Amino acid sequence: MIEWSLFAESWPAYASGLWLTLKLTVLSLAAGLVLAIPLAVLRVSPSRWVSGPVWAYSYFFRGTPMLVQLLLMYYGLGQFEWVRAQWDAGNAFWLVFRDPYGCALVTFALNTGAYTTEIIAGALRAMPHGEIEAARACGMSRFTMLRRILLPGALRRALPAYSNEIIFMLHGTAIASTVTLVDLTGAARNAYSQFFAPFEAFIFAGLIYLCITFALVGLFRVAERRWLAHLRPRVTSRKAA
Amino acid sequence: MTQLTVQDLHKRYGDHEVLKGVSLSAEAGDVITIIGSSGSGKSTFLRCINFLEQPDAGRIQVAGEEIRLVPGKDGHLRVADAKQLQRLRTRLAMVFQHFNLWAHMTVLENVIEAPVHVLGVSRREATERAMAYLEKVGITRFRDSYPAHLSGGQQQRVAIARALAMEPAVLLFDEPTSALDPELVGEVLKVMRGLAEEGRTMVVVTHEMGFAREVSSKVMFLHQGLVEEYGPPAEVFGNTRSERLKQFLSGNLK
Repeated sequence: MIEWSLFAESWPAYASGLWLTLKLTVLSLAAGLVLAIPLAVLRVSPSRWVSGPVWAYSYFFRGTPMLVQLLLMYYGLGQFEWVRAQWDAGNAFWLVFRDPYGCALVTFALNTGAYTTEIIAGALRAMPHGEIEAARACGMSRFTMLRRILLPGALRRALPAYSNEIIFMLHGTAIASTVTLVDLTGAARNAYSQFFAPFEAFIFAGLIYLCITFALVGLFRVAERRWLAHLRPRVTSRKAA
Repeated sequence: MTQLTVQDLHKRYGDHEVLKGVSLSAEAGDVITIIGSSGSGKSTFLRCINFLEQPDAGRIQVAGEEIRLVPGKDGHLRVADAKQLQRLRTRLAMVFQHFNLWAHMTVLENVIEAPVHVLGVSRREATERAMAYLEKVGITRFRDSYPAHLSGGQQQRVAIARALAMEPAVLLFDEPTSALDPELVGEVLKVMRGLAEEGRTMVVVTHEMGFAREVSSKVMFLHQGLVEEYGPPAEVFGNTRSERLKQFLSGNLK
């Protein structure tokens, strides 16, 4: 017996939950990417002093569950008197960590930043050495080489792996509901307790996640066609060497 | 006018001394081919000229300007001023054995990249120049193709256009036909022959004896890091004195 009234009555709550889910996903991915590009460059540095701290950051965030990171940040930080003193003093930076939305955003951004750093660093290491030599041989500075040759080549190559990371993050934001936020999953939990219809409540949320995932997959297919055209084999009448 | 002078270049990898004092001087219009068996140090020598490898000792002058070098901690020479090296590298264009085109750029983008982003030429002017050079190497109709979609010979001709677009003092060729299928070697050699006839200054490491004999103004035969024979091709090939070169030419020295 399907509880149809759940869909009719609670769709506005789902819609606002979806909005929060999308906000968390997009903002944390954007912040994570902005963080990851320079960090990936440092990560591939031959100097341990440069790559080491980045390695430690990425190891910590990839080595622990995102849920634990979020709980640590939301519940854990408030345990320290010094942090509470900053809150009382109205320190804008530390107040971010009293707000569940701020905590979720920072945690998600740092988490995806760590994964994205490794994805881009891997793509940078896979850059053909000859292309780098050609750039050096024509007198490019290190910065120009990074900006014009290394990053454009690496970011393109990172696209398929990064599209997975985006989908993981979309699904990962579901844990925001554990720190009082009403995202899509939170809306489903509320509908469940209101209607006592767990299957309907969660399948509705699940279908919405599924639709967004499919849309993202389609979007990346278009993006890969556009930016990875140079790696696609092409059927031609010419003989390939 | 002297475009390139290399004096007494030394290079070692660990205990193995690859170059034991090699010198070369190229006047404008000279085509100097460097031949020798693998392991003779000929590619290393070429790569030391534009500092893709660090020489241990020696002096290098490009178009009258000497690259300032200081001894580094590891025993190799180090460039004193990175900006000067970058500037001199723009005067020394290199064509590689494996083409080394930038895979994510189209043919045209590959050719205008360094003129625009290193030399500061306007995009419009660089494109005009690029089209002229692409025409010279016969590749204009692939201007919007990606390198991976071209044959090896076509890629190497694009790489030559890319080198020409820098309008360098000297063109360095590092075994430009060694990675090509035999039937594609001819198209690249033909382009190089054309460049030599235009009076461009070239230093060519090659295994193509026909090219060395017919096109070059001087031939250098390297053996175990030393110049074994050096002179005009008629003399080097016609009146070979070195026993090793005789062996090499008859194909016995591998």
